[in-house]
Amino acid sequence: MPRLPGGGGSAFRAFGISVTWFWLGAFALLPSLALLLVSVLDRGELDFFIPALTLGNYRELLGPVFLRVLWDSVRLAFFSTLVCLLAGYPFAYHIARARPKWRPWLLLLVIIPFWTNSLIRTYALILIIGAQGMVNRLLMALGLIDAPLVIMYTDFAVFVGLTYTLLPFMVLPLYASIEKLDTNLLDAARDLGAGSLRAFWHITLPLTLPGIVAGCMLVFLPSLGIFYVPEILGGAKNMLLGTFIKNQFLVANNWPLGAAASAVLTLALILMAGLYRLSSLRVAGREKKGLLGGNGDGKNPRREAANLPEAALR
Amino acid sequence: MLDTPVSAPPIIELRGVAKYYGSTAALHNINLSIANGEFLTLLGPSGCGKTTILRLISGFESPSRGELLLNGEDITDAAPERRQVNTVFQNYALFPHMSVWDNVAFGLKMQRRSRAEISDRVSEVLRRVHMEALADRKPRQLSGGQQQRVAIARAIVNNPLLLLLDEPFSALDFKLRKQMQLEIKHLQRQIGITFVFVTHDQEEAFAMSDRVAVMNEGEIRQIGSSQEIYEEPENLFVAHFVGEINVLEATITSRLDDGAYTANVEGKDFKLRSKREFEAGEDVKVLLRPEDLIVYLENEHPFTGQFFLGRIDEAIYKGATVDILLTLDSGRKLQAAEFFNEDDVDISYSPGDRVALSWVEGWEVVLDSEGE
Repeated sequence: MPRLPGGGGSAFRAFGISVTWFWLGAFALLPSLALLLVSVLDRGELDFFIPALTLGNYRELLGPVFLRVLWDSVRLAFFSTLVCLLAGYPFAYHIARARPKWRPWLLLLVIIPFWTNSLIRTYALILIIGAQGMVNRLLMALGLIDAPLVIMYTDFAVFVGLTYTLLPFMVLPLYASIEKLDTNLLDAARDLGAGSLRAFWHITLPLTLPGIVAGCMLVFLPSLGIFYVPEILGGAKNMLLGTFIKNQFLVANNWPLGAAASAVLTLALILMAGLYRLSSLRVAGREKKGLLGGNGDGKNPRREAANLPEAALR
Repeated sequence: MLDTPVSAPPIIELRGVAKYYGSTAALHNINLSIANGEFLTLLGPSGCGKTTILRLISGFESPSRGELLLNGEDITDAAPERRQVNTVFQNYALFPHMSVWDNVAFGLKMQRRSRAEISDRVSEVLRRVHMEALADRKPRQLSGGQQQRVAIARAIVNNPLLLLLDEPFSALDFKLRKQMQLEIKHLQRQIGITFVFVTHDQEEAFAMSDRVAVMNEGEIRQIGSSQEIYEEPENLFVAHFVGEINVLEATITSRLDDGAYTANVEGKDFKLRSKREFEAGEDVKVLLRPEDLIVYLENEHPFTGQFFLGRIDEAIYKGATVDILLTLDSGRKLQAAEFFNEDDVDISYSPGDRVALSWVEGWEVVLDSEGE
């Protein structure tokens, strides 16, 4: 830790930072390391694991069972994320461009569902998409269908459940980045001859990319890991990654295999976090690179600026 | 002045343009023609409608009434991206995710120009604003003055018929602002594009413009060269808005043959000159700039010609000049600015000194009392 400048505040600061580090170490880093360790241990007959190093668990993950689970999960998570993005972007855009006094209320509408346990909300979905649910009743009342559609216990039901549960996680980061966008930039783009579509493509989209990536991460990763939504809405037919991991720990008592699958998921998270960092850096632009790349010593751009006009007059 | 706004065909013309926001009028019946190559400044206090005129020309607002003609073509309903007009925004509005080069190239890319043409024109304009060495930087790595240059380059690279500048120097410090004023004026002369500049700073307006339009409450109160605005204000608003001015109450007593008048000014009889028509008995205002007043200590005054008598309240040393606050015997308070006289360095003004006050005949401006 770097030495902090003196004064009474520095002791408090050091304390605060220590507590934070301790918290992260004890409750985030340590469990993750333990998980990683278990993932390279062997499965025991009586114990959850025995202290013998092996890469067998990861090898087992390469087998057709897990790859099938992974493929189904990623596909479902991908489409949930895509639909959340396509629905969430215009939604977030309109909240961000609404009158300032309306915005908190519109955001509240996004947040209100959080006040109810998501498990209960998932059960509530059955009332809507079940055989006797509102959707089927409505369609039958309108005479569009004769027999109820089978929605429950299909991939589609899981997809609906994931999209519904995770949409706010897409909307909120998108809102934050769209709201920050300076509308003068869009005026400038139009002033320079860009129609509204091209202004969106060249200005709005790249500048809200961090929000898009953050939203996609916040939807994609949980939709890989959430196990109760597929379990409630999808029945037991199609196993997804979250359910697979849960089963290894709680049903099959195969901790090392569960840990290995979990480690793979964590790795995916780290990769995506890296991607996010990259995209936000691209938008922000790195001071360092520019200063080294430009002429002069880069220490005092204002002085450079002050010197230029004289040259202009000569 | 080179331009002759009357005879040259206007590059932009506003005909009877009005803009309402609900029931509030931002602009009343604006008629304005700007000649090709002219540097015109819209000057006025905040909320006077000067920025609204700019946004009407750029297309971000549409008028409630009236029409706009760009180079003879009606653009009243054209979208901003369809007008051959570019803007330098107040906060520059540079695209933060693009390099200087890409910012400047943006307009040409939108016009789908060839790669070679874009490359040539961008380098040329960057050279012109002395930013070619910093072409790879992002806007946030630039100082205020450099960002300013990029914003100008990004606009002029498109060869617009009209360049609009919305208080472009407001974020710069005093010294840099002076330099940029000069630089922009030089640039405008070189490239010959018509500039419409918006500012609330009178000095800035005078320093840069061929013509200045002084605005207040949605109306153009006077339009003319800097000198005309300053020396021949057409109403009290313009007189007060640009520089300091003394206003004296007077009543016309008679009209003389040579276009002059006799009038009772602050209780004394004077001969006044004015191009305006007045009738005997009419109440008028006589306007005098502080620097046009000549202050004599009472014991040095020849007591010929027309003059007032009064007393010094305060003398404020300003370096090149001394500001004298004084009260006439009629009770009116005035301000005079005297240059130091090289031949008479001993002269000193102290509070309480009795003085005589006159001015060069004909330098007064006479307005009727109505024109606030």
